[in-house]
Parts: sequence; structure tokens; C-alpha cells
Amino acid sequence: MTYTYGAAIAVAAAIACDVYVLRTRLLLGLVFWATYPIVLLFQLLSNGVLTGRGVVRYDPGRILGLRIAYAPVEDLLFGFALVLFTLSLWVWLGERPTPRDR
Amino acid sequence: MRFTYLAVLAGCLLSALWLEPVLKVGVLRQVRRLALAVLPVAAAFLLWDLAAVHLRWWWFDSAQILGVRPAGLPVEEVLFFVVVPVCAVLGFEAVRKVLRR
Repeated sequence: MTYTYGAAIAVAAAIACDVYVLRTRLLLGLVFWATYPIVLLFQLLSNGVLTGRGVVRYDPGRILGLRIAYAPVEDLLFGFALVLFTLSLWVWLGERPTPRDR
Repeated sequence: MRFTYLAVLAGCLLSALWLEPVLKVGVLRQVRRLALAVLPVAAAFLLWDLAAVHLRWWWFDSAQILGVRPAGLPVEEVLFFVVVPVCAVLGFEAVRKVLRR
């Protein structure tokens, strides 16, 4: 279950980064929650192909064993953290006026 | 089948790239901001991935990847951490634009 713990920590870190560090607070707004289901749908599709066809294989001892569309549930947490970190940073960078970017 | 993983990445890109010209989200024009948002996160996740592959938390079917392995990771896996976040930013800005209408 080391992947389980790692993924959970990544999600917690991404939430802390969004809410407390960068203070972008995407999690408290509508745009993120309207975007995430779309991202999730595509993740389930692409992750499903990668894991369903065995492109990526997992050590069963590192995961819970709970799978959604072939992919270990940990992958969903991993993806959530990856996307939230990136979007927070993206929005935060947009708030600092580098005039060319605006 | 060496192109399975690469095809998945191409599918992700094709699903999102049209948002740039059609909805004019202006994400790809902001190269600097996009690089600064994507690359540090990609680097951190790549380090994690590298460690996980080294520790055999997961591994890749060599029949379904190109076989190019910079630093021990399949090149597709490296691209994944650029492609997926760029697609997410495109999706985010597209949603923001549509909601604003």
C-alpha cells in the first residue's frame, strides 16, 4: 500500500498548496469542479487503456487492489494531485502581471 | 503494438488541442506561463515516478512502448507529465471561457 499512501499524501499536498500556499483556492470555486469531471473522464479512458492492456503493471503489494476501469484507484489520486498542482500554479502565475502573458 | 502508449498520448492531445483555435483559450500562446506551470510539477512527479519504477511499484510492458528510455523511464512516460497537464490547462481555460459567456 505504499502507492496508496504516496498518492494520498500527494493529494493532501496539492490541496494545501491550492488553499494555503498559493491561495489560488481553485477547490472553492466552480471552474475547477466543472473542469475536473472532464479530466476524470479522459483519465478513466486513457488510464483504462494503459492498465487494461497491461502497458503499465503494478505490484499488487503496493496498492489497495480497488480498481476503476482497470486502473488502480491510486492512479485517480495521482492524477488529481498532478492536475490540481498544475492548475493552481497556472492560475497563480496568471495573477502576477508579466504584461506579455496577460 | 509498440505504439500503444504513444497512441494514448496522441489521443489525449487531439482531444484537447482543438480548444486553442476553436475556443481561442490562448493557452499555447503563453509559452512562458505554461512552461512555468507545467515543468516544475512534471519534474517532481517524474522524480516520484523514477523512484517508483526503480522500486518496482510499477513497470511497463516493453512490447507496447517505443523502448527509448531516457534516465530509465520510457520516453512516453516522460511525455505523459507534459501532455496531461497541458491538456488539463486547455480544458480549464475552455471551461472558464464557456462559463463566462
